[in-house]
Amino acid sequence: MASGSIPSFTFKAYGEDNPRQVSGSGSSSRHHSDSESEICPTTKSLARLCSRDKDERATALEKLSEKILVCLELDRTGSARLSKETLLHLLRLSRSCPLQEVRMRATELLCIAQEEGIEVPRALASGPSAFIPAKELLIEGLNQDILVESFLSLGRVDHLTMVMALHPSYLSCFLRTQHALFELDGPLPRDWRHYVSVMAAARHHCSYMVQQHSKAFLEAGGDKSWLSGIKHAPVKLRSLHTLNKLLAHRPWLITQQHIQELVCAGAEPRWSLAELIHAVILMAHTHSLCSFVWGCGLNPEPDHIGGYAFHPPSPSHIPRSPHSPAHEDSRPELVDGAVEVEVLMKRMVELQQQQEEEECTQEEMVTRFERQRSESIPTAVVRGAPPELVLGLVEEPEFRYEDFAPRGEQSPSTMRAQDYSWEDHGFSLVQRLLPDMGQFLDEEFQVVSNLTYNRMAMHEDVDTYTLRKALWNYIHCLYGIRYDDYDYGSVNVLLERSLKVFVKTMACHPEQTTARIYHAFWRHFRHSEKVHANLIVMEARLQAALLYTLRSITAYIK
Amino acid sequence: MEKMSRVTTALGSSSITGRTMFCHLDAPANAISVCRDAAQVVVAGRNIFKIYALEEEQFVEKLNLRVGRKPSLNFSCADVMWHQMEENLLATAATNGAVVTWNLGKPSRNKQDQLFTEHKRTVNKVCFHPTEAYMLLSGSQDGFMKCFDLRKKESVSTFSGQSESVRDVQFSMKDYFTFAASFENGNVQLWDIRRPDRYERMFTAHTGPVFCCDWHPDDRGWLATGGRDKMVKVWDMTTNRAKEIYCVQTIASVARVKWRPEKKFHLATCSMMVDHNIYVWDIRRPFIPFATFEEHKDVTTGIVWRHQHDPHYLLSGSKDSTLYQHMFKDATRPVDKANPEGLCFGLMGDLAFAVNESLVSSDAGRKPYPGGDRRYPFFSFKKPNPTEQFAHVSSALSVFETDLDSSRMDWFVKTAQLYLLSGKPFTELCDHNATVAQELKRPQVSTTWTMLRIMFSDPAPGPNHSLSKLGSLPLMNSFSMKEMGPESRLERCKGESRPDNVHLEPGNSHISNNNEENEETEGSDGPTEYMFGDAELDDDDLYPMEHDNQTVPEEPVYTLPPEAFQLRHEIIDNPSAPEHLQQDKADSPHVSGNEAEVACLTPIESFSLISISQPLYSPHLHASFFCPIVREMLSHYAERGDVQMAVSVLIVLGERIRKEIDDLTQEHWYMSYIDLLQRFELWNVSNDVIKLSTCSAITCLNQTSTTLHINCSNCKRPMSNKGWICDRCRQCASACAVCHHVVKGLFVWCQGCSHGGHLEHIMNWLKNNSHCPAGCGHLCEYT
Repeated sequence: MASGSIPSFTFKAYGEDNPRQVSGSGSSSRHHSDSESEICPTTKSLARLCSRDKDERATALEKLSEKILVCLELDRTGSARLSKETLLHLLRLSRSCPLQEVRMRATELLCIAQEEGIEVPRALASGPSAFIPAKELLIEGLNQDILVESFLSLGRVDHLTMVMALHPSYLSCFLRTQHALFELDGPLPRDWRHYVSVMAAARHHCSYMVQQHSKAFLEAGGDKSWLSGIKHAPVKLRSLHTLNKLLAHRPWLITQQHIQELVCAGAEPRWSLAELIHAVILMAHTHSLCSFVWGCGLNPEPDHIGGYAFHPPSPSHIPRSPHSPAHEDSRPELVDGAVEVEVLMKRMVELQQQQEEEECTQEEMVTRFERQRSESIPTAVVRGAPPELVLGLVEEPEFRYEDFAPRGEQSPSTMRAQDYSWEDHGFSLVQRLLPDMGQFLDEEFQVVSNLTYNRMAMHEDVDTYTLRKALWNYIHCLYGIRYDDYDYGSVNVLLERSLKVFVKTMACHPEQTTARIYHAFWRHFRHSEKVHANLIVMEARLQAALLYTLRSITAYIK
Repeated sequence: MEKMSRVTTALGSSSITGRTMFCHLDAPANAISVCRDAAQVVVAGRNIFKIYALEEEQFVEKLNLRVGRKPSLNFSCADVMWHQMEENLLATAATNGAVVTWNLGKPSRNKQDQLFTEHKRTVNKVCFHPTEAYMLLSGSQDGFMKCFDLRKKESVSTFSGQSESVRDVQFSMKDYFTFAASFENGNVQLWDIRRPDRYERMFTAHTGPVFCCDWHPDDRGWLATGGRDKMVKVWDMTTNRAKEIYCVQTIASVARVKWRPEKKFHLATCSMMVDHNIYVWDIRRPFIPFATFEEHKDVTTGIVWRHQHDPHYLLSGSKDSTLYQHMFKDATRPVDKANPEGLCFGLMGDLAFAVNESLVSSDAGRKPYPGGDRRYPFFSFKKPNPTEQFAHVSSALSVFETDLDSSRMDWFVKTAQLYLLSGKPFTELCDHNATVAQELKRPQVSTTWTMLRIMFSDPAPGPNHSLSKLGSLPLMNSFSMKEMGPESRLERCKGESRPDNVHLEPGNSHISNNNEENEETEGSDGPTEYMFGDAELDDDDLYPMEHDNQTVPEEPVYTLPPEAFQLRHEIIDNPSAPEHLQQDKADSPHVSGNEAEVACLTPIESFSLISISQPLYSPHLHASFFCPIVREMLSHYAERGDVQMAVSVLIVLGERIRKEIDDLTQEHWYMSYIDLLQRFELWNVSNDVIKLSTCSAITCLNQTSTTLHINCSNCKRPMSNKGWICDRCRQCASACAVCHHVVKGLFVWCQGCSHGGHLEHIMNWLKNNSHCPAGCGHLCEYT
């Protein structure tokens, strides 16, 4: 039964998008699918839309429309004339292709199809993000170049990319890392990489990431049954469970033993260090990306489950509007908000100039750190049941983030940033075990830590260094990493409570991020600035998780 | 002068003694430093700050500077330095950004002297001026370097690197005012202490952070830097642009680098990740460490030479919470274990091979690969430097280049073109092919052909009679015959007239072909052993074949018009065609006479092997006796990749071997060979092979896409039915434009105007005219 459905699925996969495979190994199965659905627009025509040659693209577009029109003329009943995959693909093109001519044509074709009496799907989401108004994320804007580039190379522009495109310099290095992680040569086979990501995303109930990677997993030739439950996956993959769980929620608990269990000579099935580090980076990368997805409230892709509907909008259906909460908030006083921003700026300047008149004792510094760490930031207590999609993919779903050290308890010892840092230690280890990956991650961290537009809300020419640093260190503090040379008092000065709520929710319980939390902080900041904050949280989280694991690996190989 | 006096005072008064020893610390060390008289060492780390005395046999804890119940972060040291002039003065860099000085002369328990909290981030490095008592330099994560005058409460000048964090600062040993700073972004800057506004010079030394730098103690221009990119570089700073003069590639990021005292070219390094050893390098020999200390169990964080004029003692602190004193004489010398031999294959099949020179010279008679042996002098020093303490090893490097010709496929193409697979008697084919192989310098293949001929060739028609004449000849004679005069040779030829020769046209130089091959086969001792023929069964061998093939001549006429091809088709499998056989039988005596004449006319220079060996035929062996051997041989060739040989032999031997090899294998060989031929665009040969093959799967290759679709030349519609009349316009479609008769046979037409006709007619026409013979006005061209 499962095997019977695979061919159609393969077709779907190829039909969707996979330009990367065009010249690759997929050719045989594609021929297969061609013959199977001769009349429907084939992969080739869809893949050619991503050609770098303008003329070829135009030709492909013409051919595609021709084919679809031919399909529409066929004497078949109703919707059978066009496959669902084709329709969804058109829908996606019409909504997210950065090339205008393609977008227009796709829309046109859908209209024609509808006139012909075909049930045409409709995207449920009004934009990439549920939090950010779609008009802020226009696909044609200043950032079009990078979007076009990403469309041409990946065959699609997903919501994640569209939101990240607010920060093009980051996006480009993110895409490079992502490409290196999933596509370039590495110790793990391609389908495994995506499956590891699926496992990781499932921990955060992130159906967006789960679907993205499931699809990629199938494209890479993965076994469909694995997706129905982790118990169908090989033991070797399942043995990652503990590490995945800890990495996602409490990385400070990772010890040398965890590494040893997977790597040591007696371990069965045994992971090589290179494989392990690849998997660890995949998991950490996906976990932090889940934070971002939740933190930005990304809508499902039009072709995801829950991203489209075939029935026309019912009158009662109000599209999830991202606009309302912030601006219709109970506190409309703009003046007050502007003051808030100014106060924040003043504090930043003060902090920067502060000559540390008062000398803090170490105890006081420690206290400040501890205070931050253990400050009870109310994160939503209601834990929604994980969506059905991820249910089978999670073991021990009840394992969650818990405060690093609840007050009064014997805390695990903090990690001193000076003793194990990314720059000095982590980089070398990753670079050694997975050449080039260290370089990509290093670049990503550097871009994020240096990213600034020198402006804040309505103010220009602001040095946001202290604010960014505070954010970064606050997250590391949540994960128990302490910088000797940082005064955690400034975290309190700079990060308002609502921001802390957001950051902590997003970093530690991403699936509980809600629009309310998102809109509650930095009310007068641009959305792009909020996304910037999201990026910082995401990268800081990634680094923290990596540092703990890498430290354990270092301890193991010693 | 000053140096001289110092040497005498330092080394003279208390010449250092000791042994390799270690002591446990309570906590991991981050840095160590020795006092000037080399008698004490300070160890600093996050949770440790102690002074140990270096005694003869052991370390003795002298002082714990970490006092107080809950020591402040100021005690959490990233770096420590003992002043080289003032023996009571120490400075530490704290992870919280503080720079602290300590005065051991203080009477109180807390020796803290001054505290500077000007840096915002972790201070990575502190450095005292080598000669100035009160000058202290610090470099911090916040990108600033500060110079402190210890008599004042705050820094006297601040240097901004304008970039990311400072990883190391070092005062120059010789230039009073100069110091070097290394940065996380890979740059190294040179500063003049008097000019805090701008660096004197900057250059990029590494990719990624430069963790450390060290000035050469004697040579004022040299600066060694070590970075995360796993390299140690030595820069000559005396020139306008910093010039990299040496580079050592290590296996892990370089955390510390220290020049070895009194040894101009030596330096010690350690790493902060993965690799726990301390290496001492001779920078002129960057591929292998001069010495290695392997005592530590975790990364080494601090190294220092115990005395600045004594190269034999090295102290090191490590994360494994130990402090070591290493004696140089106890170091391991990797070079002793190094293997001076090496072997490597190149991409194109070249082979490089380095071996200890002594071994090479002893093996003088070595005969290298003929393809081209170039010996490169390697590892051999022009003038051995006496200051070097490396054992001299010199290896000779030989590179064997694969002969490019041998890797090319020329031989394949030539062979394919020159081989004869049919159309001649079997022996002749074998001889021909043997010659071809011989000329292409493939002696083994050549021999194989010759042997095949011997094994399978049909002995003389009257074997008994021939045997009776020559059977008693001993083996030796076969060789001695070479010396016989021409007359006797002729006689021999007469005697052994073979049926095969009948088919020769006079003048065919088949026998003369054999001369080269004779020489060749003589060398190999094989043939004589195999040279058994069978006289009795000979007929059996021939007749069935004859019967088989009797039908053949009638069969093929239907396909091709006689103009098109010569009808070689029928005789493929049977080098000796049936007609000839019949003829043979009918008048063999006459034939042998003929043969003799033929032989006489032919210029003969030597004997073919067959003629020599024939006498040795044992009358009891059937040709099929050889079949297993031949089969094995064919498989061997095919497996070795020479499917050409396998197929050629298969075709030439035809029925003799065909049944021995299963059809699938045969088909496989054929397919591979045809595929190869087509790759080399040897269409004709490939077609020949297809035609000659006996596998139905192969021969049918020629039956595919044999249809030629044509349009009627009158109405331009497709000709649908067979025959010569177009059923639309009811005209003869393929009439010759010259003679207006229907063309049945080779039809040539112009692709421009689609007129044409008999090949000959058109050729003749176009010799004199350039326009189409049909009068359509088209300028046809015949090429």
